[in-house]
This record gives sequence, structure tokens and C-alpha cells, in this order.
Amino acid sequence: MSLDKSEVQKIAWLARLAIDEQDIPNYSDELSNILSMVERMNSVDTDGITPIAHPLELSARLRADEVTEENQRDHFQKDAPLTDDGCYLVPKVIE
Amino acid sequence: MHQSTLAQLSVALESKQISSEELTRLYLDRCKKYNDSLNCFITINEDEAIEKAKFADQQRADNKHTALTGIPVAQKDIFCTNGIKTSCGSKMLDNFIAPYDATIVEKMNNAGFVTLGKTNMDEFAMGSSNETSFYGAVKNPWNTEYVPGGSSGGSASAVAARLAPIATGTDTGGSIRQPASLCGITGLKPTYGRVSRYGMIAFASSLDQGGPMALTAEDAALMMNVIAGFDERDSTSAEQTVDDYTEKLNDSIEGLKIGLPKEYFGEGLDSNIAKIVEEGIKELEKLGAVCKEIELPNTELSIPAYYVVAPAECSSNLSRFDGVRFGHRCEEPTDLSDLYCRSRGEGFGKEVKRRIMIGAYVLSAGYYDAYYLKAQQIRHLIRDDFQNAFKDIDVIAGPTATGTAFKLNEMIDDPVSMYLSDLYTVSVNLAGLPAISVPAGFVNNLPVGMQLIGNYFEESRLLNIAHQFQQATDHHKAIPGGFE
Amino acid sequence: MEWETVIGLEIHAQLATKSKIFSGAATAYGAEPNSQACAVDLGLPGVLPVINKKVVTMAVKFGVAIEAEIPPKSVFARKNYFYPDLPKGYQISQFELPIVSTGHIDIQLEDGSTKRVGVTRAHLEEDAGKSMHEGFGNYTGIDLNRAGTPLLEIVSEPDMRNAKEAVAYMKKIHSIVRYLEICDGNMQEGSFRCDANVSIRPKGQEEFGTRAELKNINSFRFVEQAINIEVERQIDILEDGGKILQETRLYDPNKNETRSMRSKEEANDYRYFPDPDLLPVEIENSFIEDIRGQLPELPDAKKQRFINEFKLSEYDSGVLTAQKEMSDFFEACVNSADGEAKLSSNWITGQLAAALNKENKDITESPVSAEMLGGMVKRIKDDTISGKIAKQVFEAMWNGEGDTDAIIESKGLKQVTDTGEIEKLVDDVIANSPDQVAQYQAAPEEKQGKLIGYFVGQIMKQSQGKANPKQVNELLNVKLKS
Repeated sequence: MSLDKSEVQKIAWLARLAIDEQDIPNYSDELSNILSMVERMNSVDTDGITPIAHPLELSARLRADEVTEENQRDHFQKDAPLTDDGCYLVPKVIE
Repeated sequence: MHQSTLAQLSVALESKQISSEELTRLYLDRCKKYNDSLNCFITINEDEAIEKAKFADQQRADNKHTALTGIPVAQKDIFCTNGIKTSCGSKMLDNFIAPYDATIVEKMNNAGFVTLGKTNMDEFAMGSSNETSFYGAVKNPWNTEYVPGGSSGGSASAVAARLAPIATGTDTGGSIRQPASLCGITGLKPTYGRVSRYGMIAFASSLDQGGPMALTAEDAALMMNVIAGFDERDSTSAEQTVDDYTEKLNDSIEGLKIGLPKEYFGEGLDSNIAKIVEEGIKELEKLGAVCKEIELPNTELSIPAYYVVAPAECSSNLSRFDGVRFGHRCEEPTDLSDLYCRSRGEGFGKEVKRRIMIGAYVLSAGYYDAYYLKAQQIRHLIRDDFQNAFKDIDVIAGPTATGTAFKLNEMIDDPVSMYLSDLYTVSVNLAGLPAISVPAGFVNNLPVGMQLIGNYFEESRLLNIAHQFQQATDHHKAIPGGFE
Repeated sequence: MEWETVIGLEIHAQLATKSKIFSGAATAYGAEPNSQACAVDLGLPGVLPVINKKVVTMAVKFGVAIEAEIPPKSVFARKNYFYPDLPKGYQISQFELPIVSTGHIDIQLEDGSTKRVGVTRAHLEEDAGKSMHEGFGNYTGIDLNRAGTPLLEIVSEPDMRNAKEAVAYMKKIHSIVRYLEICDGNMQEGSFRCDANVSIRPKGQEEFGTRAELKNINSFRFVEQAINIEVERQIDILEDGGKILQETRLYDPNKNETRSMRSKEEANDYRYFPDPDLLPVEIENSFIEDIRGQLPELPDAKKQRFINEFKLSEYDSGVLTAQKEMSDFFEACVNSADGEAKLSSNWITGQLAAALNKENKDITESPVSAEMLGGMVKRIKDDTISGKIAKQVFEAMWNGEGDTDAIIESKGLKQVTDTGEIEKLVDDVIANSPDQVAQYQAAPEEKQGKLIGYFVGQIMKQSQGKANPKQVNELLNVKLKS
């Protein structure tokens, strides 16, 4: 599999990554190389094998419905780049 | 004193040979002295460390201490530390002061450990050489023109150079074991779910596992006694009872059945490395172990499967870094898309971007089955390979890495070659097994590690074998020149 | 051409838990911005989700109530997309293995017939935060208090054929989730909202037309309006030879139109995959059976019981059981009214409903309690007051003047049933109305019934409405004829 320029741009957009125009050929090569390496997976037949998303197939443990967290807004917002009146700010979104 | 193991420091503190404050100052001085050349710390917490050490001394005076109270430690900068910068090796988090402690950090604080600082690492733990860090490459103390391995390269370098008696690391595809191997220290990757992932910045959630990076297996066991165990904040954390990891250290390994996967000793393994590992295995045989060749037929597929699963999970895990609530935000975004794309484009380095893009690609419509599902099926095969092997044997032994440390910049432009060097480590993460790397010798004055892989929750057995090996050998005692 | 409308609904019901689906932060509505957004809700680096058991229980409860299949294993998946109200850059939802599989509910159509609507699935997910576009200058403000609030998304089959059916379906689901006490159903606060998938096709054609998804409709009235206006739009396009685009549209109730939301549509590739931070939820049969055993009586069953037990009409029974609180109110009222059901039903669906409606109050906010109303019905039944006087009593109760007996006492409204007293009133009126008496007595018998009304009116006036009308009539008949 090789990724052309438009595919690289499409993935970069999907992942919201600004990449320089001049770097695209480089990304295109590297990503294509990685995908070719990855495609060695096709050398084995996996028909009928159950995919596993976790090494240990356990089931979820559930927690009780209790409020355990208190308001730490000011503490958390010390890390925020821009806030006003308790809200995080982003450039105006037009819906 | 800085050449001491945790066990020895514990005795020294208990017998009042030294105070925690003195000990902490001694290590801080070394950190400051050598960090310029090794670059193994991103942050050194001098003031907090001394304060914590004084508190530890008070606790010892008040008889409110544990055996480890007052012992310094270095934390990998992937673990959130309340009030201390937690960068994950990235420009993205260069300004991030963690507002809470990771479970592992909380447990170590409660046990009285004194955090010296936060160690350098590959950006978001993505790398095998520690060259992807925003804070620059870490150097290998055995030869500063060489890489320490990665991603826990800062921790490995710091412990090997005796800038900290012990450190934490994390291992997603070999990130504890490979740098341990390349720096000549002992590194344990526990069973998936044995150590809480809460507060450990996620790379690939189904593979990540934190663990100790130490001078000896005994020290690793002492740290495991502190950090292992169930955490209700981590849904993937195991409820299994926790061993006392020091309890079986001195057991004999007479009759131990060791499997040697033929796939681990084939082409791709440097012959010098093979020789050292074979000598190590002979040493274990001298201690009574019995060896047997085994097969792990899907080993070669572990790399492709890993480089689908890990990027897939990371592409999603790293979506939260968007410049809104924390982390890097670009200057004057023109609109929302600009805010996202530039903040992320500027905040992440090249290797991280590559992996995010691969991950987004393999999960995207039309490719999911061919890549992601296929990889998870192979994961099943790999796990089955190990389970079949463990029917006849107790542990698996082999090399940790395909070679010794390589030169800085040698591989940085060839990601695929770098990925392929993870051959012996990634399958363990895909299967969720515990594994340890122990120093087994040197090639050209660069350390070589031997890897032991155990069945689920058999950390005690791995530590026992490693400890017995270290009782019989001196490789782990070697100190890199210039750092004595 | 004759067109047929095809509608499927996706209803989002906020589950009424104390804490969030994956964190211990509170879910209370209306708190200060971001004061209920904990580290997990904010998606801080390193945090992890843990599933709230109550959420699972509630979803299973719903599944059992709609006779759905509950698969033994369900999986949480990540739906990846970037939006400022979605802190992690993905929403934890369920994709391939939802907690509730196929089920169904029955709705009543206007002609009185019943229609079965299929429920494709119901799955658990976390709600997003809120974006506020006003009040922050060139910025949008983000409040993440709602982020992580548990939602049950209930997806119907495309079984509905007009807006009224869609409303009936939505009302039925609303009724069920409230009966189950798994959702407060508050549509103004957004606890219950829906997306409607609407398409049209030539009548008789089997294949579906291209659908538009109408987003986030939060009232029954708007659902009906939005669907009707969207159907008109689609018919216009197709009849002009155009094509319908598959897209998301927003209903604007002020302009009564739907409009495209292109901004949200671009490059939607959600890249769903199992959330590696969470393990599959396994549900044992015994758990399902426990829940089945504790299931409350549901609206359909209760409606039937009211018809059988209280001899109510199908219509009245339907009105009284649509809302659980209403049916509870009715039963409590009957209980206090010594079992008088018909009169209780009339008062609740008549006078009380009108009064509540006028002040825009819910039954739970009624100033007249079920016990008070029942007490009044009891006094009507035992002839202490007449139905007419009862209206005065009701009004006084509504205004907080006490319960029925106290009001009767303080206002002296007790019906006069003492024969002597009534006889005196009758005699007085007859004595004071010689002309009317003469007119009455001269009239033919068939007209006398009408003329007697004058005397009754006078007597009631004298007694301020308190004289027992039956006794008055009887006495007048005797006395006027003698």
C-alpha cells in the first residue's frame, strides 16, 4: 500500500494535524513504508480467529453510583490556555 | 553510597549511617553534575526533594516509616506528579503541571520514596532510542555517543549512571526492557493489569504497563511490593492477589524448565549478542535449570500487528491534546480547525505524528478489517503461541534486543528499521505477559540484556530467577566509566 | 404522486444517576460551569474511565420493559471526532455490541388501533458538554458539566409512517422511562431529546428513499412540526425532479424550517474501535431475572387494570396512565375517596387538569394533593356537598385554604338535608310567590316540570346553594300540587 499526497492530507485532516506542504512527500514515503511492513500480516490466514482487544479476556468491574468528586475547577483550569467565567474558550464556532 | 542497591540503602537509613536528606543531596548533586552530559532528567525537583527527605527523616525519627522511607527515586515523565511539570517528553505538555498524582506515584509517595525528578523519554513513549524527546536525546552512560534505548531511556541512563538508585519506567512494546538491556540494568515489565495505569499518560492502553528499572532484581522486587496491586480507578487493573515479591527471591531454581524459542535465535540476532545470551542461559543451567527448544511461530508477525494496534490506540488516546483544556495552544488561531491543526501540528513531534496518522488510517472506513481486526486476530495467535509453550515450560529465555546500543542519529531517519529492532519485546505486550531484562554481559563495552518471559502474574518467579542469576554473576554490578 | 413517509427515531434519554457514567462527578443540572467536570470528564492526561453499575442496571431495566433481547456481553467503543464539547476527542459509546438488542413497543393510533414499533437497539454512551456561542465575544465558551452524563440511546426501526405516529412513539418511550424511573424525562433541560430520520417514497415502493437526519429536537410538538415541514420539503424537491441529500439538518422552531448543518458533516469517519480502557460488560441471566422481578407495573398493564378494576373508559384510563405520577395521583385519590373512581377520574382529568394547565404546572406540583381531592370526592359522594359547591371547595383548596372539611366548615358550605329546615324554605318561597304558584297550578302537567325551576332557583338562592336539590324537588312537588 502506498499513500499519495491526497491520502496523506486526508489522514492529517482526520487527525487534525497541520503538516507542512514540503513535508508531505516525506510523510508519504514513510507512511507507505510502514504500511508495507505492516502488510506482512497478510502472510497468515486468520479466518475464523476471534480478534482480541485485550490480552486478558476479563469482564468489566462496575463501580457504585456515588458522587466521589468535588469541584476542582480552579485547580484544573490553572493548566488551561484560555478561560473566562469558568468556561474554556475556543475560537467562535458557527453552527 | 551511590553505588548501593535499594536493599543496602534501606539498611543504611535504618542504622542511621546516613539521613535521607544527606542521601537525597548526594543524588541531587550527581543529577546536577551529570545531567548536562546525559540529559536523562527533564525536571530535577531539588527543593521538593529535600523537603520530602527531611519529612522522611522525621518519619523515621517518629518510627512511622516503611523500609523504603527516605530513598530517592526518579519518575519517568509519563507519570503525573501533582504540582510538578509532567511533559511526556513532548512540546505539547511543556507547560503542563499535572494537577494530580498517578496511582504509582501516590503509592511510592506513601511508602516514603523521595522523588528526585522526572526522567527524559521518547515523546509520548514512542520510540526505541530516546531521540524523539522534545528535550533532546538522552545519552548512554556506557558511551555517550550511543543511545540509551527507549522509551524509558532517561530512567535507564539515570539508574545506570547511579544518578538515582531506582526509577520507574513504562513498557508498551519494550520500553522498560530494551533500555534496561542497552544500559545494563534490570527492568521488569509486569503482567498487563498488575500495576495501575491511572495517571500514566496513555500511549496504547491495551499494551501499556508501568514497572521498575533497578540495579538488581531484588530492588525491582522491593519496588514491585509498593506499586503492584488492584486500583479501582483503572478498569483494566487486575484484582488478583499480590505476591510478596521478595519472598521467593532466594528459592532454588533447580529443575526450572526454560523454553528457548528458536525464532529468538535466528537471523536478525547479532551473533555477539547470541553468544552472551547463550552464556547466560548456561549459567542458569548451572543453577539447575533445564532448557528446551520451543516454537513461537508467529513471532515475526508481532511487529506488524504491534505497529497497527499501538498506533490505532495512540491516535485516539492523543486526540485529547487539542489546545483547549491544557497543553500547547497555537498563537492566534483563526478558527476552530486552525486551533486544532496548528496546536497539534506544532505540539507533536514527527514520530508521534507518524504514528497518529498510521493509527487514523488503519481505523478508517474501508481499512479497519484489513488492518485493525487482522492485527487483533494475530494478537490472538501470538497469545495462543505463548500459552501453548507454557504447557511444557516455566519461563522463556532469550535476548531482549536484537543488538547493543546504536549510535545517536544512526536510525532516526529509518523508522521501519527502528521498529524491527523491537522483535523480541513487542509480542510480550501483545500477549500481556510479564518479562524482565537482566544484564548478561558486554559487547564492545556496551551492555547486553537477557530477557526472561513468564506466564501471567508470575513476576515472583521471574524475579527469583533473575536474583539467582545475579547471585551467580557480576554483570549487574558493572558501573559505566566516569560515573563511579 | 402519492408519497409515503418513513420515520425512524433515535431517542436520547439521560439516565437519572447521581454520578456520571465513567466518573464520580455529580450529574446535577444547572451547576456553575465546569464545577462538575472532574479530571476524568475533562479528559486530563492519564485518567481512566470506570463504568457506573447503576447505568448498566437502568439500561437492562429498559431492555426488559420493551421485551428486548439482552446480549450476554456488550462492549464500549470509541467514536472518534474533534469537537470542543467532546474533551477526549472521542465519545465512549457502544457500536457493534450494544447492551440492549431488538425489542418493541406498542403505540395507540388516533383511530384507536394499536401499532407495534420495532426497537432496533438501545446503547449506552456519554453525553457531551455544552458550547455557548453568546457572551464570550469572539469566542465560544465550553462548559463540560454535562460531559460524561449517562445517556441511553434508543434506536427505532423505520416503522413510523407519519408525524403523529412518531409523536405517539416518543411519548410512549417517555412514559416508559419515567415509569421505570431511569430518566426524569425533562425535555426543557434536555434530559429527553430525539433525532428523527425522515425519508419519503412513492406509495407502494418497497425501497426506502434517501433520508435526512433532523437533530436534537426537544419537544413533542417540535417533533411533529419538524417532520411535517421536512416531508413537505422533500416532496417539493422530488416533485421538482430534484434529489434528496443524505445529511444532518437542524429544525428551527422559530422559522418552522429545517436547514442543513454542513459544518458537522464534513469527513465523518468516526473510526469506531473497542475502548481499550474498558473491558466488556458481561450480563448474567440471574441479573436480568432479578431486574425482571423488580419491574414496576408499566403503562399498558396499568391502563388495562384501570379499565378492569375501576370500570374507566379506555380513553380516561389512557389519560390517567400516560404519566406515572398521574396514575399514582389517581390511585391515591380513589383511595381517599372511599373507592369512588369515576368521580375521581372526572375531577382529575377535568377541573384539576385545567387548573394545572392554566398555571403550567405538572401533576407533581399540584397545590391540591391526591388526598385532598379524594377527601372532596368523598364529601360529594356522601351528599355533604353538591357538585356545584365542590367547585368552590376545589378553588379554595387550590388557593391553599385548607382541606375539604375545613373549608366546608369555615365557609358553612355543608348541604342542608334537615327536612324541617328545607320545608321551611319551601314554605317561605311558596308563600312569597303567589303569582308563580297560580301560574304553575294553571299550567298543564307537561309544562309544570319547567315552571318548577323558578322555585328551586329561589330556594337554592335563599340557602346559598346548600339545600339538597333532591329533597327540595320532592317537597315542591308535593306542596305545589296540594
